[in-house]
Amino acid sequence: MRLLDLKGRIFLAALAVLAAGAALLNLALPESAALHVPNYAVGLIGKYLCFALLALSVDLVWGFAGILSLGHGAFFALGGYAMGMHLMRQIGERGVYGHPELPDFMVFLDWKELPWYWHGFDSAWFALPMCLVVPGALAFLFGWLTFRSRVTGVYLSIISQAMTFALMLAFFRNDMGFGGNNGLTDFKDLFGLDLKDAGMRAGLLLASAAALAGGYLLCRWMTVGKFGRVLVAVRDAEQRTRFLGYRPEHYKILAFTVSAMMAGVAGALYVPQVGIINPGEFSPANSIEIVIWVAVGGRGTLVGAALGAVLVNYAKSFLTGAAPEMWLFVLGGLFVAVTLFVPKGILGEIPGLRARWRERRDGHG
Amino acid sequence: MNTMMSRIRNLAAAGLLAGAAMVSAAPAMAETIKVGILHSLSGTMAISETTLKDAMLMLIDDLNKNGGLLGKQVEPVVVDPASDWPLFAEKARELIEKEKVAVVFGCWTSVSRKSVLPVFEELNGLLFYPVQYEGEESSRNVFYTGAAPNQQAIPAVEYLMSEDGGGAERFALLGTDYVYPRTTNKILRAFLHSKGISDDDILEEYTPFGHSDWQTIVSKVRAFASEGKKTAIVSTINGDANVPFYKELANQGVMAEDLPVVAFSVGEEELAGIDTAPLVGHLAAWNYFMSVETPENEAFIEKWHAFIGDEDRVTNDPMEAHYIGFKMWVQAVNQAGSTDVDAVRQAMYGQTVPSLTGTTALMNVNHHLSKPVLIGEVQDDGQFEVVWETDGPVVGDAWSDYIPESAKLTADWTYPWVCGNCEKPMF
Amino acid sequence: MAVRNAIFRLVLVLFAAGACLAPGGGSASGGFDAALVLLAGKSAKKRMAGIEALAASAHPAAAPILSAMVDGRLYYRKDDKRLFVVAKRGREFDLFDPVAGEQAGTAPSKSLKKVKVNNRLRRAIRKALAGLNLTHADRAIRLEAAAGLLKSADPGLRPALVAALEREAGGDVRAAMELALAAVDIGPDSTPAVRIAAAERLGASESPEARALLGRVVGDAKTDAAVREAARAALQQIEDRLELYRQFGAVFQGISLGSVLLLAAVGLAITFGVMGVINMAHGEMVMVGAYATFVVQELFRTFAPEFFGLSLAVAVPAAFLAAAALGVGLERSVIRWLYGRPLETLLATWGVSLVLRQAVRTIFGPTNREVGSPEWMSGAMELAGGVAITYNRIWIILFSLAVLAAVMAVIRYTAFGLEMRAVTQNRPMANAMGIRSRKVDSMTFALGSGVAGMAGVALSQIDNVSPNLGQAYIVDSFMVIVFGGVGNLWGVLVGAMSLGVVNKFIEPFSGAVLGKIVILVALILFIQRRPQGLFAMRGRAAEL
Repeated sequence: MRLLDLKGRIFLAALAVLAAGAALLNLALPESAALHVPNYAVGLIGKYLCFALLALSVDLVWGFAGILSLGHGAFFALGGYAMGMHLMRQIGERGVYGHPELPDFMVFLDWKELPWYWHGFDSAWFALPMCLVVPGALAFLFGWLTFRSRVTGVYLSIISQAMTFALMLAFFRNDMGFGGNNGLTDFKDLFGLDLKDAGMRAGLLLASAAALAGGYLLCRWMTVGKFGRVLVAVRDAEQRTRFLGYRPEHYKILAFTVSAMMAGVAGALYVPQVGIINPGEFSPANSIEIVIWVAVGGRGTLVGAALGAVLVNYAKSFLTGAAPEMWLFVLGGLFVAVTLFVPKGILGEIPGLRARWRERRDGHG
Repeated sequence: MNTMMSRIRNLAAAGLLAGAAMVSAAPAMAETIKVGILHSLSGTMAISETTLKDAMLMLIDDLNKNGGLLGKQVEPVVVDPASDWPLFAEKARELIEKEKVAVVFGCWTSVSRKSVLPVFEELNGLLFYPVQYEGEESSRNVFYTGAAPNQQAIPAVEYLMSEDGGGAERFALLGTDYVYPRTTNKILRAFLHSKGISDDDILEEYTPFGHSDWQTIVSKVRAFASEGKKTAIVSTINGDANVPFYKELANQGVMAEDLPVVAFSVGEEELAGIDTAPLVGHLAAWNYFMSVETPENEAFIEKWHAFIGDEDRVTNDPMEAHYIGFKMWVQAVNQAGSTDVDAVRQAMYGQTVPSLTGTTALMNVNHHLSKPVLIGEVQDDGQFEVVWETDGPVVGDAWSDYIPESAKLTADWTYPWVCGNCEKPMF
Repeated sequence: MAVRNAIFRLVLVLFAAGACLAPGGGSASGGFDAALVLLAGKSAKKRMAGIEALAASAHPAAAPILSAMVDGRLYYRKDDKRLFVVAKRGREFDLFDPVAGEQAGTAPSKSLKKVKVNNRLRRAIRKALAGLNLTHADRAIRLEAAAGLLKSADPGLRPALVAALEREAGGDVRAAMELALAAVDIGPDSTPAVRIAAAERLGASESPEARALLGRVVGDAKTDAAVREAARAALQQIEDRLELYRQFGAVFQGISLGSVLLLAAVGLAITFGVMGVINMAHGEMVMVGAYATFVVQELFRTFAPEFFGLSLAVAVPAAFLAAAALGVGLERSVIRWLYGRPLETLLATWGVSLVLRQAVRTIFGPTNREVGSPEWMSGAMELAGGVAITYNRIWIILFSLAVLAAVMAVIRYTAFGLEMRAVTQNRPMANAMGIRSRKVDSMTFALGSGVAGMAGVALSQIDNVSPNLGQAYIVDSFMVIVFGGVGNLWGVLVGAMSLGVVNKFIEPFSGAVLGKIVILVALILFIQRRPQGLFAMRGRAAEL
C-alpha cells in the first residue's frame, strides 16, 4: 500500500484547487465580477474543511480501530476553547468594560482576577500547542482508563457520550470561568491581524485546507503501514490480536489520542472562522452527527469521511435556507436512505461498483 | 479611527453594490424589499421562536396588503438557524451578504445574539431583537425591543416588597445557569442590598437547561420560606424547565398568597402547556399581556387568530416587541425614504409607535425602548391579569446602575457620544 | 397599632355576634351593604376594607361571596355595581345573586367586570373565611378554617377560636384548632407563661407555619428570655425531626427520580438491551406516548368531560398501541435490514428521530401541549416543614414498577416471551425449531416501543409535552442500561433506582448541575471496574 493512492491524489488536488481557488477568486476579483467568491462563501468553505478534518479524526478511530466514539465533539470543542481563550486574551482593553485583563463576562460576574487556568493563553506560543495538548491529554486519560479495562463496543460508545455530556454540563456552568452558555465570543484579532479582514479569512481557509491535507496524510501514514494493519486486526478480532502477542490497548490509545488531537486542531481553526465557541459544541447530538458524516461518506475510507462531512453540512446550510420547515425531513430521510441503500457510504461503495462493472465487462467480453 | 475606516469601507461597499445593482439587477428584483427572519424553527428553541416567525410573517403580510413600503412589496426571507449558535452567525451572514436583506428580525437567546453581533457590525446590518435580556450591551447595529432588567426585574421586586405584593422580606432567586439569570440576579442582589436586605435572606440556586426534577429545590425553598420571614421566589428559569417547575409547585401545594413566584421568562406561551388552576396568583413581569384591554390589542389578537387559523393561540410580550419594532422600522424607512441602514438608523431615534397596551413606545438613542412595566397574575385560564403597572413608560437602560463597572458607561448613538459603551463622548 | 386593630376587630366580632342574634338588624345589614359597595371599588385598599367589613358583618352570604371572590368568580355589573357570582359559558355568563341566594339569569360578559384580587387580598380573604367558617357544619371546611387561622395567627380571632374550640368534641379538627390557638398565643400580646406553653405545643407540630412562628420569636431580640429559650428548644425539636424527614424525603425523591429513569429506560432495555438496536429514536417513542395522552385527553375534553378522571387510564393502552404500531412500522421498513450491524442502526434511527420530531412539530405545532392531571394525582402529603410527598410521584413510582413487572411477566411466562428469548439466544436454532424469528423481531421491537410509549404517559404528568421531550431522556436512558448491564431487566431496575437516589443525596450539597456531572464521571469510572455493567451477561450475548 502506498501512502498516496489515486484516490488520495485526487482528493489532495481537489482540496488544493478548491481552497486556493476560493481564496484567489475572493481576494483578486472585485465583488461585481461574475466569478467572485463572496466572503460568506469563504467562511463557509473554511468551516466545512474544519468539519472534514473532524470527520477524518473519527474515521481514524472508527474506521480503522473499531472505536465508535460518540464523544469526539468534546475534543473538537476543547481545541476550540483553547483557541477561543487565546482570542479572548487578544481582545485586551477593547472589551465593553475596557478591563485590561479580564474578559467581559468575568467583569460583570464580579471576578476579581484571572483564574489560574487562563494564564499563558495570551501567548500564541502557549495557546496553540494547548489546542493539541488538552484534547490529547483527555483522550489519553480516557483511553488509558477504558482500553486497559477492555471496555468495548456500545459500552465504550455510551461512556464516551457520557464524557461529552458531563463536559457540556460543566462548561455550561458560569462558575467554571468559560463564559457559561454564551461561551467565548466577540473576538477581534489573531496574530495581530483583524479577523474581519478578507485576507485573514482567506488565510484561515488556506490553513484549514492545509490542516486537512496534513491530517489526511497523517491518517494514511498511520493506516497503510504495519501500525495500520495491527489496528485493523484489533478492529476485526481484538482477542485474536491479543493472543498473537500484540497489546491492542496500546494501539488503540495511540490512535485515539492522535485522533483527538486532530479534532482539537479542527476546533481551533473552526472558532476564529465562526466567531463563537460555546458549550453547545459538547452536546451529544453534535458527536452523533460527526459519526453520521463518516457513515454517509464511507467508513474506513478517509477521503469518504471528509467528503461526507462536506456534503452533509452543505446540505444543511442549503436546506435551512431553502426549506426551513422541511429540512429535517430531508436530512433525516437521507440518513435512513444512506444506511439502507448505500450501507458502506458513498466512497465505500465504489470498489464494489467497480468490481461489478468489471464483472459485467468481463462477462460480456 | 476604526469606525472611520469601516465607514469608508462601507461606503465603498455600498457604492460597489449600487454599481452592481445598476448593471446587473433585473427590474423584477428591485420591486421587493427583503426582510430577514432569523428565528429557530427546529431544535430546543423552536418552541418559543416559531411563533415569532409567524408573527413577523403576519406583520409583513399586513403591510403588503396595505400598499407595501416605499411603493414596493416586502418579501420575507425565512431561514432556520436550528437553535445552533454558530449556525445563527452563518445564517445572518447569508441573509445580509447573499440575500441582501434590508433588516433582520430575529434571535431569542442571548448567545444567539452574541453569535450574530460581530456579523451585523462587520457588514453594517440591522437587527431587531425582541426578547427581554440581561442588558450590558448597546450595539450600533441592533435595536433592542425587549425589556432591559430595569424594565422588568427591578419593578417586579419592588412590587413584591410593597404592601400589595405581600411585603416580602426574603427572596429565593431561582434561575437556569446562564448569563441572563446570573446578571439579573446580580443586579437584584445589589438592589436588595440597597433596600437593607442582607445576604442571609437571599437564596440563589441555579439549574441546568431543561432541568426536569424540581423536587429537591422546591423542598429547599419551602424550608427556606418557613423560617419566619415573608418570602417570595424570583424566577429566571428558562423555557423548557418551567413546566416541570410549575407542576412541582402545584403538586407540593405552594399557594401564591403564601409563597408567590414572580417570573421574567414565563408568558402566555409557556403557560399554554400547564393547567394553571393551582397556580393562580403567581406573577410575571412583562411589558405586555394578552389580556390587556385596548382596541389596538384586540385588533392585533383578532388578526393573529385569523392569520394562524387557530382561535386558541395566544399572544405574548416578544410578539408585541416585534410589532413595535417592525412598525418603527417601517416608519423610519418611510421617513428616510430608503432602506439604507445608516439612514434608517438615524431615523429610528425618537420614533414612536402606539403600543398594544395603550401607551406610546419610544426608541431611545441607546437603542432601547421606553415602555411601561406591567405585573400580571396567573389566572385559571392561562392568561395574566394586570395587578400593577408603572405610571408611565420606563426608559430601557442598556447599562445597569447596580453593577459598578457598568454604571459608569453610557450608550448614546447620537452626536456627540456616538458610542455604545463610553465614559466620555467620542467627539 | 396591632393592638388597636385587634381591639377594633374584637368589637366588630362582638358586634357581629350580637347582630347574628337579631338577623335583619338595621345597622348590621348596613355594614354588609357598605362592604359590598367597597368590594366593587377600584382600589385594592377599598376592596381590602370591604373584605374586613364583610368578615365583621358575619352575614350568612359573606362566606359564599368571599370564596367566590378568591376563586375569581365574583363580578360586578358595570351599570349598577351589583355583585354576582358567575359561571362562565363563553361570552355569556350565568349570574347568581349571592345576597338573595338565587339565580339571576344570564348577561353578556362585556357588561360585567371582575372583582380583582391580589395576593394580599387573597390572604385577607382566607383569614376572613377561616374566621367565618370556624363553626361551619362541614368538618372539612372547619379543618380548612383552622389551617387558615394557623397561617394568619391573628389575635383578633382568638375569642372566636376559643368559642369554636369549646364546641369541638375532638379529632383532627380540634387538634388543628388547638394548634391555631397556640399560633395566636405565642404572639407578643400574650403573657410569658402562655407563650411558653404555646411554644411547647408548636414544637410538637409538623406544620411549616409552626417552624416559621417559632423562628420569628427566636429571632426577635425584644422577647422575654424565658420565652425565647422555650421557643428555641421547641424549634430544635422541630429541626431534629425535620432532619429525619429530610433524609426520608431525599430517599423518596431519589426513588421517584429513579422511577422516571426506569420508565424511560425499560423500553430501551428491550430494543437496545435485548435486540441490540442502538435505538436513537427511543426518546421519540416516549414523545409519541405523551402526545397520545394529549390526544386522548382532548377527546375526553370534547366528548366526555365528566369522565376526565379516567383519561389517563385510557391513555396508557392508547399510548402503548400508538408507539407499538410505530415501532412495527419502523422495524419492518428500516431496522429489519440492519440486524447484526448495530452501529448502523444508530445512523438510521437518528434519521428517524429527526423525522419524527419534525413530524410532531408539523402536526401538533412547536409549542407545549397541555396535559392535565386528574384529581387523584394532584396534591401532596405534607410531612413537615417543606418535605412533601406528592401523589403524582407516588403514582409514577407504582406505575414504573407495574410496567417493569408486566414486561418481566411477558418475557418469562408467555409463549411470545419464550420465543423472544429463544431468538435472542440463538437465532438459527430458534429458526430450526420452527419459530418465525422475523415475526418475533417485529413483536419484540413493538413491545419495546410500546413500553416507551407508556413511559410517555407518565412523563407527560411531570414534564413538557413538546417535540423535544424525547431528547431530554435519551442520554440518561442509555446510561441506565449500560450501568445496569445490557440485556438485564433487574439491572435496569437497580441501575435506575441507585442513580436516582445517589443523585438526590448529592444534589443538596453540590447543586443540581454539579450533581449530575459527578454522577456521570462516577459512571464512567464504574464502567472501568465493571466493563459490562452491574449485572453482566455471560456468554455470547455479552459480545454486542
